[in-house]
Amino acid sequence: MSRRARKLGRGVALVGAGMSKFGAFPDKTSRDLFADAFTAMTRSVDKGMDTEDIEALYVGNFSSDLFEGQGHIAPIMADWVGLVPKPATRLEDACASGGVAIREGVIAIASGLYDVVLVGGTEKMTNLPTERVTDTLAAASDTVYEGACGFTFPGLYAAMATAYMARHGASVEHFMKVGIKNHNNGSLNPKAQFNKSIRDLMNSRIEKAKQKGEPVPEWSDELDFLKDPKANPVVAWPMRLFDCSPITDGAACVLLVAEDIAKNFSNDPLYIVGTGQGSDHALHERDDLTSIAAARIAAQQAYEMAGVQPEDIQIAEVHDCFTIAELVAIEDLGFFKHGEGYKATEQGLTARDGSKPINTSGGLKSKGHPVGASGVGQAVEIWHQMRGEAGPRQVPGKDIRLALTHNVGATGGTCVVHIYQRR
Amino acid sequence: MEYKLTAKMFAEALKENRLLGLKCNRCGAYTVPPKKVCLECASEDLEVVELSGWGQIQTFTVIQVPPEGFEAPYIVGMAELDEGPWLMGNIVGVDPDEATMDLIGKRVKLGHKIHPGDKFSAGEMVAVTFSPQT
Repeated sequence: MSRRARKLGRGVALVGAGMSKFGAFPDKTSRDLFADAFTAMTRSVDKGMDTEDIEALYVGNFSSDLFEGQGHIAPIMADWVGLVPKPATRLEDACASGGVAIREGVIAIASGLYDVVLVGGTEKMTNLPTERVTDTLAAASDTVYEGACGFTFPGLYAAMATAYMARHGASVEHFMKVGIKNHNNGSLNPKAQFNKSIRDLMNSRIEKAKQKGEPVPEWSDELDFLKDPKANPVVAWPMRLFDCSPITDGAACVLLVAEDIAKNFSNDPLYIVGTGQGSDHALHERDDLTSIAAARIAAQQAYEMAGVQPEDIQIAEVHDCFTIAELVAIEDLGFFKHGEGYKATEQGLTARDGSKPINTSGGLKSKGHPVGASGVGQAVEIWHQMRGEAGPRQVPGKDIRLALTHNVGATGGTCVVHIYQRR
Repeated sequence: MEYKLTAKMFAEALKENRLLGLKCNRCGAYTVPPKKVCLECASEDLEVVELSGWGQIQTFTVIQVPPEGFEAPYIVGMAELDEGPWLMGNIVGVDPDEATMDLIGKRVKLGHKIHPGDKFSAGEMVAVTFSPQT
């Protein structure tokens, strides 16, 4: 089926972005976290903003219903930051809820309906014990067929990882190297849940053992530490604990405006020049378990709209809910050939000082994964990096003009991709 | 067009170790488990057929952290059926602690397992099982 090339009805700019700290916060609800993110966003708007300017709210959230026993959260978030009676809409596409909320905000402005839109994402996950969180996340899979045989979320990605190893000859060490790289980045991000490198974590365990007078583990390096089943137990083979993103509370917000008024808000706005979204069948119905078709489709749409190629993208935040997911993502986005993402990672090409820095924020792995907020959190990192405001984790020696975000729902039932330009 | 094979009918047959699916009269592809349209071409011109229940393991994982109502460790995986489509299920008759990459490519025969269900499932759930054949 041939389709006309899609384009936005008018240009859309990003003029503010901020996030709460990601982590486990027993004293905060999703609305408190959202308010934190909103405050951080308002402070990032160079020329200031007035809440009255905002015409509508789109908020990404996966499951406040099951995580907090609170449904219908969009008007609550709107109320908390003073937007009532403006329209407030919640978007749910599992872990892609935040990215989809951005896309709906973009579409709303491009249509001409609104000039100023607040997009947020929020998730409060740590009220529940781990097994209930596992169940709640599994609700984003196919509960009838995948659920009946006890497939968990880590299990589904583990099945992809096994297929990737069988097909491409990768080993569990290659997955571990993704985690090491992302923790290195996250160690420089004060908003990250785990702002510690794997080596720091390893050393602190050794210190703790010494202090307690326990036998001191003899790990030679990070890989040795990650291969120790006591330090890094298997969750769903071949995915171990440090291959999985954590359970996180957090929120993020961005302010989108029509391109022609962007300079009223910002000295240095970013422009959203490409957006794409696709869907896919359940995992067992895919042609290929080592690639996500929805991601390839979303990326193709976004590249076409922006008129750019994968090699033009200078940095990207991709959906590393599990380490295998980052390898699949950087191949689906066309940054590396199919089956070569693990080699590129091993060679350091995706590190902060590599040719294609991926997940400079620490990614979902280290920054944390409050599922409905993650897609918006990705845009926050792009905002900081493109404007040169990322502090110690700023990508060195690059004038970043084009960047990309890639946000996946579940095992790829949804994928949304955005391309950002700095002019 | 009528809805020819519901999830309930699929599950009832599975309880007798019979695997029902839909064969597309337009492109010839099989759709298992069933849905309203052909998985390959979205045609609604489908007929209910019984598949052989034989296949080959394509991937697997050993679950160590289970959801509520399941006891780890256990193996879940996917098999390519002789008729083409892939199906997911529990790989049984193999010690989860001894599962290795050698499982991939193993010939398997389909069976079933009843799970009591959870608070959302309105009763029991029926899972596919795959038994490796030597």
